[in-house]
Amino acid sequence: MSSQPYELVKDKGLDEGVARLTPEKIAKVVGAVLESEGGARLKAYVDTCAHCGLCAEACHFFHSHDRDPRYAPVAKVKQTLWGILDKGGAVSPDYIARASRVAYTECNLCKRCAMYCPFGIDIAYVVGLMRRICHKLGVTPQYIQDTAHSHSATMNQMWVKDDEWIDSLMWQEAEARDEVADLRIPLEKHGAEIMYSVIGPEPKFRTQLIYQAAVIMHAAGVDWTMPATPGWDNSDMAMYSGDYEIMGRLKRSHFECAQRLGVKRIVMGECGHAFRSVHDVGNRWLGWRDEPVPVIHAVQFYHELITSGKIMIAKKFQEPVTFHDPCNIARGMGLHEMGREVARALCEEVVEMTPNREHNYCCSAGGGVINCGPPFRNTRVHGNKVKAEQLAATGVKTVIAPCHNCHGGLEDIIHHYKLDMKLKFLGDLIYECMEKPWN
Amino acid sequence: MNALYNFVSGPLVWIALALFAGGSAWRLWSLVQLSKKKDIYVHEYFSWPHALRSILHWIVPFANESTRKNPALTVVAFVFHLFLLALPLFVIGHVAMLDKALGLSWPTLPEGLADAMSFVVVGACVYFLARRLTVPEVKFVTSASDFVILALAAAPFVTGILAYHQIGGAQFMTILHMLSGEAMLVAIPFSRLSHMLYAPLTRAYIGSEFGAVRHARDW
Repeated sequence: MSSQPYELVKDKGLDEGVARLTPEKIAKVVGAVLESEGGARLKAYVDTCAHCGLCAEACHFFHSHDRDPRYAPVAKVKQTLWGILDKGGAVSPDYIARASRVAYTECNLCKRCAMYCPFGIDIAYVVGLMRRICHKLGVTPQYIQDTAHSHSATMNQMWVKDDEWIDSLMWQEAEARDEVADLRIPLEKHGAEIMYSVIGPEPKFRTQLIYQAAVIMHAAGVDWTMPATPGWDNSDMAMYSGDYEIMGRLKRSHFECAQRLGVKRIVMGECGHAFRSVHDVGNRWLGWRDEPVPVIHAVQFYHELITSGKIMIAKKFQEPVTFHDPCNIARGMGLHEMGREVARALCEEVVEMTPNREHNYCCSAGGGVINCGPPFRNTRVHGNKVKAEQLAATGVKTVIAPCHNCHGGLEDIIHHYKLDMKLKFLGDLIYECMEKPWN
Repeated sequence: MNALYNFVSGPLVWIALALFAGGSAWRLWSLVQLSKKKDIYVHEYFSWPHALRSILHWIVPFANESTRKNPALTVVAFVFHLFLLALPLFVIGHVAMLDKALGLSWPTLPEGLADAMSFVVVGACVYFLARRLTVPEVKFVTSASDFVILALAAAPFVTGILAYHQIGGAQFMTILHMLSGEAMLVAIPFSRLSHMLYAPLTRAYIGSEFGAVRHARDW
């Protein structure tokens, strides 16, 4: 409960950032951010909140900590921006030390609380604004800051050099050719129907996903390409660190890449936060109401391939599975039904978790929390005991999660709570179950 | 006492009404102006069907997950707000005064019913107070202003009951009743009671975002 002391997890980026702060600097940065970016929404939210506590019910951190009031969404606002507004920016470096941890590592910006507030207050927006202040103060967790640096220097999340990117694609093409003799991963094909974009970790850690995507594209006879230049990475950790200037550069480079190639649309891999960035946040920062090149998520694309018969399912996955709704594509794009339809087309039995769809519990990796790295692993794993309980209650051994972050987060939860479960992407199952005409 | 009575039941009523109406209009107008300047998304993504859909799901009790999860609070909060709005408009004393001043009148609530409803409102305030003091997640975010606002809302009803039952001196209580009612009116635009003005806007906005941009439900 709240009487327990709160221990600040050590983090080089946060600790050294806080050590450099002075009250004057805090007041100056807070004033500048609120003046330029804190507008009508912030004012309405702060003046409207009745402190009723109904949002608490929404938060997985709150439930996982036995209803500790410190983890209620409104309490997170109280411990961050609320205190700053009350004191007109006159808070101490110690206050920022606590507030930065709350904003970066105890909230996944999953927006579930917006659905439990009678006034529809978007608390994730308020917490995001706190992160923006922290970024401007130079107080960001080291790991996510490193990622933002990578974005800035290389236009991708993982310091993948330009030649390494092309190399990874050619390597996967070569691998896949053992299985499908005439498979290509088209690079820089101008005027293709589709540009396929992925997140930085795909070439870096999960290269087999690019292999699988290529096989799926090949089987479906899709006219596609991947870019050979920066802009191939659709991910965006700068959005979560509060570095909106870098976020804008990233989104611009992603869309300009597609425009340079003259493709009709972008299909993105199974990632949630990147979809939020292209659909919801980065585009707005750049002043684009909608995406300048239509973007669809892998779930939409797979649905299209399966319902149009371009991909035939040879044999359904026999074991029962459960389907995890990634926040950014369920609450963020309403793809929960489509995701289930794809899962049902591929699997004999889909067992539901409760709550689900828009009311799903976040994986606790989202909102950049997993990207804050190992120091905060326990913060997020302990903060999501409810997810482990929810997963265990299904009694199944396979979890489908069409989002990279969710994979990272759920993997840690499954391991920590000793659940006997494995994770799959929809792409894994399509690759496994589809008819391969060349066989 | 008579002079004071005449003042609070005469000019002060008009001053309070003017401050309430003018203040509310100003708060709403300035918020909309600010949003045009700094939160253009609000206007770009605004969608009437989704805004109304969201409002509908939140003004009907138990039409959303949040109210279903808190049945007791839901019943108390809905009844409280309904009575709080209906009583001042339909209580016989108010309508009679308005009739005398402007020649305007409309149907009124039977006196006994109005009295019972007032007790319900005060009871609801006691419930809110108890909730603030005992529910950890509410207590954690409660500050002095929350008690002040609750007191502001409760005062016209407490004094109304006392005046009606002639406890503590009818004229004195009536004066207190009028003063507290006027204080509450003025506080609406200038305190967090302004949720009365802003809630439809914040709801409409999140409804638009969830419905028109995210293609998801927000209830």
